[in-house]
Amino acid sequence: MQCDHCGERPAAIHLTQIVNNAVTQVHLCETCAAEKGVHTSASIAKFPLSDFLATLGKATPKTEAGGEAAEPCSFCGATLADFRETGRLGCPHCYTTFEHHLRDLLRRLHGSSQHVGEVYLPPGGGARDARHTLVDLRDQLRRAVEAENFELAAELRDRIRVLE
Amino acid sequence: MTLDLHLLPDGGIGWADASGPDGHIVLSSRIRLARNLLGMPFTIRADAAEHEVVLDHVTAAARETPELADAPLVRVDRLERAERQLLYERHLISRELAGLDQGGIVRRGAALVVSGDLGVMINEEDHLRLQSLRSGFALPEAYAALERLDTGLGHRLAFAFHPEFGYLTACPTNAGTGLRASVLIHLPGLVLTKEIAKVLQGLSQVGLTFRGLYGEGSEVVGNFFQLSNQTTLGKSEEDLLDQLVKIVRQVIEYEEEARRVLRRDAPALIEDKIWRAYGLLRHARLLSFEEGMNLLSGVRLGAGLNLITDVGVYTLNKLMIFTQPAHLAHQSGRALTDPDLPALRAAFVRRLLEDDAHRRGGGAPEAT
Ligand SMILES: [Zn+2]
Ligand SMILES: [Zn+2]
Repeated sequence: MQCDHCGERPAAIHLTQIVNNAVTQVHLCETCAAEKGVHTSASIAKFPLSDFLATLGKATPKTEAGGEAAEPCSFCGATLADFRETGRLGCPHCYTTFEHHLRDLLRRLHGSSQHVGEVYLPPGGGARDARHTLVDLRDQLRRAVEAENFELAAELRDRIRVLE
Repeated sequence: MTLDLHLLPDGGIGWADASGPDGHIVLSSRIRLARNLLGMPFTIRADAAEHEVVLDHVTAAARETPELADAPLVRVDRLERAERQLLYERHLISRELAGLDQGGIVRRGAALVVSGDLGVMINEEDHLRLQSLRSGFALPEAYAALERLDTGLGHRLAFAFHPEFGYLTACPTNAGTGLRASVLIHLPGLVLTKEIAKVLQGLSQVGLTFRGLYGEGSEVVGNFFQLSNQTTLGKSEEDLLDQLVKIVRQVIEYEEEARRVLRRDAPALIEDKIWRAYGLLRHARLLSFEEGMNLLSGVRLGAGLNLITDVGVYTLNKLMIFTQPAHLAHQSGRALTDPDLPALRAAFVRRLLEDDAHRRGGGAPEAT
């Protein structure tokens, strides 16, 4: 697609404008967009979340496995509708309750749903905690290997060895 | 409760002393980590009693953490609106924590623990927002300090962490590392050469974003921009920081190139702009904050180009901070709505610039 303004360079910026109640699409190359002072970063930044929230729970009504869209979070009682309305989750457990939706959303927002940064272990070394931690770590290890993140996998193996 | 700013080491403006690397272009570097307590609803869904529980837990942990052992606790929820705005203008708390949105209602339990360039906002959108603020372009240094604080608090509190999604946050845009790093950068050269749109647009293609001086949704004032990482998940803390550092370094180079171009192609025009700005600030009798900021931007450019030598960057930074409405009202004992503020602002600016000119030997160099 060519630029609407100069007709020479390929269009890189696609703007949706509303003029006289009619929606029009404008396609501009980078140079022309810059000349027109189009600032896109902030608007792009807001789109994925609001777009996603708008379609959340609507596009896939009851076909979702386990019908999780209808179930509120067992810890805080928040529903997907609450999330759609506020853009905020109710509690950490919501991430488990709405796991499928959130994985999809996180991939759209960040390009990935797999955390590869610092691994955190909560304090308290009771036997039950350690067992939980070990299960968690093995789970993380499996995911890291799947994601071919070998640096993280190596680190996780070291941690598991210490706990075992 | 009245806010005693003397409780804050260096008044909480150490970040503005212009001592940091690239201080003439990058005013400050800031990193924030979002953390939440396990087994508690997120702030927005919690009630007042739960906010108090979060506050108790976090302050107890902070007292045991070396970095914050002697740090004063500021109960933001017990401050007057003007005082909350003062902390916000000083970049110590967010607009959300200050309760400056939605009719000025502050959340019960909203608090700040601050020590030097490290601080923790409590009961923000997330239970904890750890913050490190440094003068100049100093992201790695800011992160090193913040990581120690994070480790210290993480040993004493149980943070919500998920093996796949990382640190869990109220808004999914912050999940993963919970890390938001930003620099406050002055780009008058790129604005004047009209290259700024291209540069800002390029940022979005590499996963960065920009805002105005006061963060989310704010206007660009005085050619100051905040550049920050857009994503927080799927990259390590180090990678997120490395990328931001790399891009900011490039933006600094673009800005310096733009300044060279301006001096080469339009020297008279640029000098006129700078000296007019300085002249207005030295002599104006009424100044709005916005006009002051825009003129200060011109003078800052002049100082960066060594055209104006009788004003230092630290003075310019101080002027930026102390001419903000709540600061001006606070130091002159007036209300935020006082109609005399523009006159007080102009007088304050004249005095500081005059002092600086005398101290630095007066006499501007010949504008050639
Ligand atoms: Zn074009
Ligand atoms: Zn929940």
